[in-house]
Amino acid sequence: MSERLDVRKTYKLVIGGAFVRSESGRSEPVTAADGTFLANVARASRKDVRDAVRAARAAQPGWWGASAYNRGQVLYRWAEMAESRAGELADLLARGAGLAPAPARASVAAGIDRLVWHAGWTDKVTSVLGGANAVAGPYFNFSLPVPVGVVGVVAPCAGSLTGLVDALVAPLVTGNAVVAVVGERLGLAALVLGEMTATADLPAGLVNVLSGRREELGPILAAHEDVDGLDLTGADDPGPLAELASQSITRVLARVAGDEPADALRRLRAFVDTTTVWHTVGA
Amino acid sequence: MITTAGRESAVVEIPAAARVPAVASEAQLRTLLAGLSGVDAVGASARAAKLATRSLKRETKRQALDLAIAMVDLTTLEGADTPGHVAALCAKARQPDPADPSTPPVAAVCVYPDLVAVARERLAGSPVHVAAVATAFPSGRASRRVKLADVADACAAGADEIDMVIDRGAFLAGRLGQVFEEIVAVKEACGPAHLKVILETGELVTLDNVRRASWLAMLAGADFIKTSTGKVAVSATPPVALVMFEAVRDFAESTGQVVGVKLAGGIRHAKDALRYLVLASETAGSTWLDPHTMRFGASSLLNDLLVQRRTQRTGAYSRPENFSVE
Repeated sequence: MSERLDVRKTYKLVIGGAFVRSESGRSEPVTAADGTFLANVARASRKDVRDAVRAARAAQPGWWGASAYNRGQVLYRWAEMAESRAGELADLLARGAGLAPAPARASVAAGIDRLVWHAGWTDKVTSVLGGANAVAGPYFNFSLPVPVGVVGVVAPCAGSLTGLVDALVAPLVTGNAVVAVVGERLGLAALVLGEMTATADLPAGLVNVLSGRREELGPILAAHEDVDGLDLTGADDPGPLAELASQSITRVLARVAGDEPADALRRLRAFVDTTTVWHTVGA
Repeated sequence: MITTAGRESAVVEIPAAARVPAVASEAQLRTLLAGLSGVDAVGASARAAKLATRSLKRETKRQALDLAIAMVDLTTLEGADTPGHVAALCAKARQPDPADPSTPPVAAVCVYPDLVAVARERLAGSPVHVAAVATAFPSGRASRRVKLADVADACAAGADEIDMVIDRGAFLAGRLGQVFEEIVAVKEACGPAHLKVILETGELVTLDNVRRASWLAMLAGADFIKTSTGKVAVSATPPVALVMFEAVRDFAESTGQVVGVKLAGGIRHAKDALRYLVLASETAGSTWLDPHTMRFGASSLLNDLLVQRRTQRTGAYSRPENFSVE
């Protein structure tokens, strides 16, 4: 009886609901915090960014068209999927980010709780960010938050799982689609969260996760004219990226340092436009 | 223009003195077509797939995108077409990207015969041609009298190019003479207008049939052979395009006549268009890389070409919303 061979996992990109190697064919090893080999991951290229944005653009109208209640249900389902793989996530955090087992488990639990927290916001955010306006005339006048569209996220590469969940999920709560560039200490956890979207009823293409170099992919994402919002929390130097984004009037959230609920609320507010609806008052 | 990986494009010797054989009888036509070798369908698919992996970079890609734009027959063939819609399409045809005047105009606007006059008026003074689909497009199920009247009508309204459909029922039933005579009659009715013959390859089933139909149309005097109407499930595919480019190449080599190829239906992305350019260049040669000898029948393709063109020029990916829908 020979010894069983290792079945090693190659972590792939999540683009349009499929798990793909990079269009460029590149991959790179990820090491644990102590320098030992962890896994091979795909290293995304310029064209992967393009494909991901295209997929996100196609998925976004359907997501925003679903009822807020339904969107909450789907995000909650994502939390359920994460819960059933909490051990795997804790293991990745422990080895990848160099946490001890107990803090890693605590970080995963907090991250999943934050996902549930976001799921609860989908049908409440309109009431908080929108409102009825007093106008001088026989009209109802409402201001309503609507999604900007496709949000590019340069995701945090270190820190808590909660911070990563905030960056990935907050734009979804308000009806946007996400293209996230992830990497380093939190890269594997982010790819695993992306894998879960396939079993959580999230429409294909709504969440796209690209592992790779932030300094390579950040400028491409920022300059892409079809990206409507940009979260630069994970960027080392947000200034030049914000400048690139300004060329196509992309909404920029420069950096949210913390991962408290108040910080998450800042993210919820970041990627909405306001539309105003007038309606005559009935007799 | 398109040379990739250090290769020269295929070069075809086109003799000046040779001529198209005159076809006097159906029996003679049958003999001519029976003399064509069969197509290796697996080989054709493999060759087309191999060529599709060829990648164009930088300046070559820029030139290829401009060439593809100049080859577009901007098409609208809907029952709901209106004069206003056609007018908008014509404006787009003349200047596809108003933000960049260096963008070439498209080759032609392709409409139903009743809208030719509108297109003619809107395109006056521009190099853009007016093409009309005629002969009971897309099914071709009408008497020859009606088909010829349809063509005459479109020509009288000012069409520069006529896209006719062949009688697929007759072709598949083996009545080749009938198909041939019809093309000859339509060609005559066209007068100075260029004739594009739609083979509707999706209904011809085999690549052997595509090769025979291509030769039949060319012998009958087609200026272009065209894949599809865009109204059936299967339209232009790379293997079909390969067989058609081989046919025009062989025809040019044996008769001296250069016949064009129009690929239509289902071509929506710039990448597909560039792959067809590579296929044409590698199969028939650079003679065909010209709007006079190669066309794309499409509507949504143009915007994708414009998006890619702007991306190449600015370095940042562009968005579809930057370009008008029509």
